[in-house]
Amino acid sequence: MTPLMTAVMTPLGSVLEHYVLLATVLFTLGGAGFLLRRNILVQLMSIELMLNATNLLLVAYNRSHSSSLHGQMFAFFIIAVAAAEVSVGLAIVLSFYRLKSTISSDAADSLRH
Amino acid sequence: MTPGAFLFAACSVICIVGALVTILAQNPIRGAMGLLTTITGIAGLFLALEAQFLAAIQLIVYAGAVVVLFVFVIMLLGPTAGPGRIGEEPRARYAPWFSSVLFLGVMAFAIVLVGGANTTLTAFAPTELGYGSIEAFGKLLYSDGMVPFELTTALLIVAVVGAIAVARSAPSKKPVRTIKSATRRMFGGPVEARNAARPGLLPSPINEKESTL
Repeated sequence: MTPLMTAVMTPLGSVLEHYVLLATVLFTLGGAGFLLRRNILVQLMSIELMLNATNLLLVAYNRSHSSSLHGQMFAFFIIAVAAAEVSVGLAIVLSFYRLKSTISSDAADSLRH
Repeated sequence: MTPGAFLFAACSVICIVGALVTILAQNPIRGAMGLLTTITGIAGLFLALEAQFLAAIQLIVYAGAVVVLFVFVIMLLGPTAGPGRIGEEPRARYAPWFSSVLFLGVMAFAIVLVGGANTTLTAFAPTELGYGSIEAFGKLLYSDGMVPFELTTALLIVAVVGAIAVARSAPSKKPVRTIKSATRRMFGGPVEARNAARPGLLPSPINEKESTL
């Protein structure tokens, strides 16, 4: 029996691998959204998706090594940094819109040439 | 199906559907709602992983602050906030899909490879009493995490100041309105409230002819 089959057969959520797979899917969706979309707001939301997937992975691994809480502490700091990042990022979006009258990231090509 | 398995399945479906809505929605406000759905699902998964404090923080900070900030900005931008169509640029139509699928494949392959090395899955052991509680988390945060915690406060302050500095409107190029008549200048009060404490902006008798108004 292959490991993937075993992972499917075991009860959901009782092993670490399920969380790793879910976090991978979420991170991939976030990365795809960041690459696919041209709307800066949606790109910021995709970054949030990726940060959330990383948080989930940290907490899941900490549950697997449950003698300490350091993984959860890291997730806590990531949440704080994400909040700061979003506030500055949205301020930049507003400033960018005031400059270019659009929020398409294709308009940010001043450094291209 | 045990309650734990049901919780995991429900939260996983919620997370993935929310993420798909986030990246595929034409309207950014729907994207923000998809992000909210994903965040709620991840908070549920935190509960399943016995991280109660982090689940609360996740809901307060993400659902309560970050998503609201997104909605505020979408509201400020109005109809211009969307819709950005997928694949507007022809050359960027296939590369993101390809790289995303490639990343997912490589990660799944790595997970299967690691699983094949030890052939047993890592089941979660029962936790001690107080794991993930506010008491245990607070003790760790104020002992091992003291320095990063203080640095986080500094980071948040700098982020707030930076956000204000970046988002503040540019200084206006309009000429300062001044008062020509000496009588009105003395008794009429300032034309604009912000000039009240800046008497230097009022015209001197020499250049009074050039001043506006």
